[in-house]
Amino acid sequence: MLEVKNLHVTVGDKEILRGIDLKIDAGEVHAIMGPNGSGKSTLSYILSGRDGYEVTEGSITFKGQDLLAMSIDERANAGVFLAFQYPIEIPGVTTMNFLKTALNAQRKARGEEELDAVRFLKLVRSKAKPLNISDDMLKRALNVGFSGGEKKRAETLQMSLLEPQLAILDETDSGLDIDALKVVADGVNALRSPERSMIVITHYQRLLDYIVPDVVHVLSGGRIVKTGGKELAQELEQTGYAEFGADAA
Amino acid sequence: MVAIRETVQTVGEVEKYKYGFSTDIESDKAPLGLTEDTVRFISAKKNEPEWMLEWRLEAYRRWLTMEEPTWAKVEYPKIDFQDAYYYAAPKQTVAPKSLDEIDPKLLETYKKLGIPLIEQQMLAGIAVDAVFDSVSVVTTFKEKLKEVGVIFCPLSEAVRDHPDLVRKYLGSVVPTSDNFYATLNAAVFSEGSFVYIPEGVRCPMELSTYFRINERQTGQFERTLIIADKGSYVSYLEGCTAPQRDENQLHAAVVELVAHDDAEIKYSTVQNWYPGDEDGKGGIYNFVTKRGDCRGVNSKISWTQVETGSAITWKYPSCILRGDNSRGEFYSIAISNGHQQVDSGTKMIHLGKNTSSRIISKGISAGKSSNTYRGLVGVHRKAENVRNFTQCDSLLIGSHCSAHTVPYIESKNPGAILEHEATTSKISDEQLFYCRQRGMDEEEAVALIVNGFCRDVLQQLPMEFAVEAQKLVGISLEGSVG
Repeated sequence: MLEVKNLHVTVGDKEILRGIDLKIDAGEVHAIMGPNGSGKSTLSYILSGRDGYEVTEGSITFKGQDLLAMSIDERANAGVFLAFQYPIEIPGVTTMNFLKTALNAQRKARGEEELDAVRFLKLVRSKAKPLNISDDMLKRALNVGFSGGEKKRAETLQMSLLEPQLAILDETDSGLDIDALKVVADGVNALRSPERSMIVITHYQRLLDYIVPDVVHVLSGGRIVKTGGKELAQELEQTGYAEFGADAA
Repeated sequence: MVAIRETVQTVGEVEKYKYGFSTDIESDKAPLGLTEDTVRFISAKKNEPEWMLEWRLEAYRRWLTMEEPTWAKVEYPKIDFQDAYYYAAPKQTVAPKSLDEIDPKLLETYKKLGIPLIEQQMLAGIAVDAVFDSVSVVTTFKEKLKEVGVIFCPLSEAVRDHPDLVRKYLGSVVPTSDNFYATLNAAVFSEGSFVYIPEGVRCPMELSTYFRINERQTGQFERTLIIADKGSYVSYLEGCTAPQRDENQLHAAVVELVAHDDAEIKYSTVQNWYPGDEDGKGGIYNFVTKRGDCRGVNSKISWTQVETGSAITWKYPSCILRGDNSRGEFYSIAISNGHQQVDSGTKMIHLGKNTSSRIISKGISAGKSSNTYRGLVGVHRKAENVRNFTQCDSLLIGSHCSAHTVPYIESKNPGAILEHEATTSKISDEQLFYCRQRGMDEEEAVALIVNGFCRDVLQQLPMEFAVEAQKLVGISLEGSVG
């Protein structure tokens, strides 16, 4: 599904990622853990194609294609989805309208028929219900005045609707209390499938109690310094990141 | 003999005066330039009564003494008013036979706007009488209006058939002396609409939604007069979302609205005239005077405009809140791209007690354009309990455009409550990234964000118009990013 080879990335003059190798097969969930400033978010942005990040060396292949040669929306339409740590407010655009525009953009890009209002409404309601998202919330402007929990549920709803092949969850647990975390985690778990891969980026082990990964990587100083199974996360909870040359945070 | 010759000469001059000009009246075009003869020519072409001609001439003479206004934040080469034609009969050009003969770019835009095929053909100027029986549709609507006593006709027809109404109201809101362009319009207007809604009648349809094709030959100097008698209601739509080209560069329209006791007028405009090419050459100069008079108690006038076209827009739809408890509203979206220059806003003049007004202005600048909101809220000394709320939001796309907000407040009554809010923002890279990460391309993303920004105003438009206007917002901004 995804193969990252010897990836070096700079922002301005600063090298943030210093040789990342990562291979994720279909159906796998990989957790990437690491202290603040280790390059976790940079990795999520470079995968999704955000401007301002320069690849100086290395390659990324996604489903056999050169991901770095694709634009932001081409990547999205190929199935790359980023659940934002801080979802962006879009004033005046209802959540419903945003979802419909996004879904139909992707359908159009894939040569599929766009959904009309009636079919879309039915679909979005069926996806919103398990996430406790009411019609009322769908009518509000996207992320404007949303609580932390609402924002993350809205991100999960988008993921559920767009059915990506590679979902990147950037610090999905930040700003969530335990109840909200459970709702979001249930939503994410429902989307696990043999065709779908996920990258779960997190600072804390807590999220991984609910979204149990197949593989855990520790990212520090722009490199993957350790890779293991789900028990590695618990280990880290005990020892912190100090042994990897970073301040415990 | 000398005496005889003198008499002949005098008679000749009288004859000449009778026709008023020496130009051939059969001609389709008034001669180049503007003289008293031009005014007489237009009036004669329209078969106008003497009083109408006098009204025009008075305006013309006044215009000669007036100066072109220069206070707006727009720049353009000095207009030579003698180097223009002021009247031309509709041209009988060779009509294209099918859509295959139409500029594909234009068709693409129609498609994006979602305009039905049949309307596309009409807009493109194809003779479609055979396929579309527009006459019967129009007749049906006209009968329906007649049943309730609504008068809706060309202004020139109203001058003939309803002279009392026209004489009573024409120029009563925008007097011939009002401003340079309004005065020019009074002298030379040749097209326009007249609407009268009788007492207590709620006009059974949006006026001009279906007329937009038939009456779409937007005149260079249009003049519209709408009167809502006591307790009546009318919603009027002007313009068209489809791009309109016009060879006349100078446009100076006047719109006058009169609302009597308990009456309400809702006036919506979509303006999408030719803005000029990529280098800023050509394009319409649009100098408009629009004003509504809330003459009666509890009356209400509401302006909604979506301005996306023209090289220069100079336009301030205003409300005179004369009647006690009257209410004025102004909702505006002004989009400028390329080299367009917009200076637009409103005036709310509070004269009566308990009058209120609301101004919501959304300016979007892209490309190398300049977009200015200019508004006045005035409160008369005797106007008690006045309320106004003004919100001016500007959105910038790219870094070569500009947005300006020039609000004037003149309150002579200390009890007035006036609120003013203004924001300026840019479409952030984060917002674009977020939308594109969900699969939208850059243009779709911009259109979505801008439509969100304009939402409060778009909601004011009649439903079917709003859908087209939303698409228009996206199309107007194509090529503005990246």
